Amino acid sequence: MDRVAIIGASMTAFGDRDAWLLALLAEAGDAALTDAGVDGDDVDHLYVSNMASGEFEGQTGVPNALAHDLAAMPAYTARIDQTSSSGGAGIYAAWQSVASGASDLTLLVGGEKMTHRTTGEATDVIASLTHPVEYKHGVTLPSFAGLTARKYLAQYDAPRESLGKVAVKNHRNGLDNPHAQFRKEVDLETVLDSPMVADPLRLYDFCPITDGSAALVLCPESVAAEYTDDYVVISGVAGATDTHVVHERDDPTTMRGVVESAEQAYEMAGRGPDDIDVAELHDMFTILEFLQSEDLGFFEKGAGWKAVRDGVTDRDGDLPINTSGGLKSKGHPLGASGVAQAYELYQQLLGTAGDRQVDAEVGLACNVGGFGNCVTTTILEQP
Amino acid sequence: MSDDHDSTEPGLDAHRCENGHLSYPGHARCPDCGAPQTETVDLAERTGEVVTWTTSTATPPGVREPNHLAIVEFEVDGEAVRALGQLTTADGIEIGAAVDPVYCAELRAPGAGIREPESQRWDGYRFEPA
Repeated sequence: MDRVAIIGASMTAFGDRDAWLLALLAEAGDAALTDAGVDGDDVDHLYVSNMASGEFEGQTGVPNALAHDLAAMPAYTARIDQTSSSGGAGIYAAWQSVASGASDLTLLVGGEKMTHRTTGEATDVIASLTHPVEYKHGVTLPSFAGLTARKYLAQYDAPRESLGKVAVKNHRNGLDNPHAQFRKEVDLETVLDSPMVADPLRLYDFCPITDGSAALVLCPESVAAEYTDDYVVISGVAGATDTHVVHERDDPTTMRGVVESAEQAYEMAGRGPDDIDVAELHDMFTILEFLQSEDLGFFEKGAGWKAVRDGVTDRDGDLPINTSGGLKSKGHPLGASGVAQAYELYQQLLGTAGDRQVDAEVGLACNVGGFGNCVTTTILEQP
Repeated sequence: MSDDHDSTEPGLDAHRCENGHLSYPGHARCPDCGAPQTETVDLAERTGEVVTWTTSTATPPGVREPNHLAIVEFEVDGEAVRALGQLTTADGIEIGAAVDPVYCAELRAPGAGIREPESQRWDGYRFEPA
């Protein structure tokens, strides 16, 4: 089967942006089309990854609006919502559109506008994904992280400091990312002394609330070279679900959606965890980087924290994780995040990552929705 | 799917399928085996054990602050079933602590958050050190 190539990519500055969602999407979409050297009317399918434009902004029907703004009519459009993993789900949908032959050129744009809401309001919009028996107790995604972190630290005898090291590492990486929301180094003491948010997790264990957008242009690999010399291929992509109700999982420290989607993506790519040179993981909370790095098979269960402690996942380590700064430092505009993960890998594989550049031929992105409720794993490679 | 499988469920009823698997809340089909869930088991009069807990200090509109939360495991005829709920206090709470469910008429203020107030119940059970 002809593989699918990514021939253009972009992301906007992430952070507290004045622009509203449509303008953010248009900014990223326009830049990705320019990067690929194609026009709007070359686009057959246009997907928008977004969790909650109606709830955040009162704007619905966004994909059609974007097609109009980018002169992409009469492209087929659809919105892809998979909560925090909408971006990864968008990659899967865009891949399907090209792999199936339904589209010869697909534009995927992920984005979210959030910062006009208070932290409590934004947290509530996200928490609305929970089951009624969870929501009525006031549970939030950060509180799931606190519950899981306490269990992980106890179960694997990991010190609290180990979580802080994820934040320190990813902030260090984000310092070199011109698109990141926070370009500021933090030391371990600052993380461990920051205000408690969901015991034992503190402010610096969490990603910020963010506006932003990112985009990809996809086509069959067989014609990619007609557009550009600089492209990467999607060698593996898969998605999976875990329980909606988080407490129904037998082992709170394992994310079955990560395990299942990774196994399928590895099989499709003919790759395994040892083949991955660089990875972008969904560090919405520091604890999630441990869980994913283990459930993706990079490290033994319960050993992910040791890898971070020992520098294995540093930019100059054996397996650099979140060279972009991750959601932690780059920011997490929900629908954009999974697309922006692919943008970082695109740059790493093309050798255009500047000060963040690592030596990589194969990259993996893991995008997590809910608290591991739905997950997509994508493997990108040099052609 | 019967009405008492839905979000209007007031209490702490675990749902059991014909193969003996338990879940809280109930589902249209047993998550373990896909069989119909045919009976309920009331957990409200039982003592459970804290699997893990947290105190949330950044709570959404209508939620108490701080909000102490726990995942609690109950054992019913040798089968484990878990529930998430607010704690009455964090004092004396640790992994493995024994807790009892206590009824609360309003766990968070309906209508203060984004969820439609009429779409679900707002009463339920908190957990208190046994």
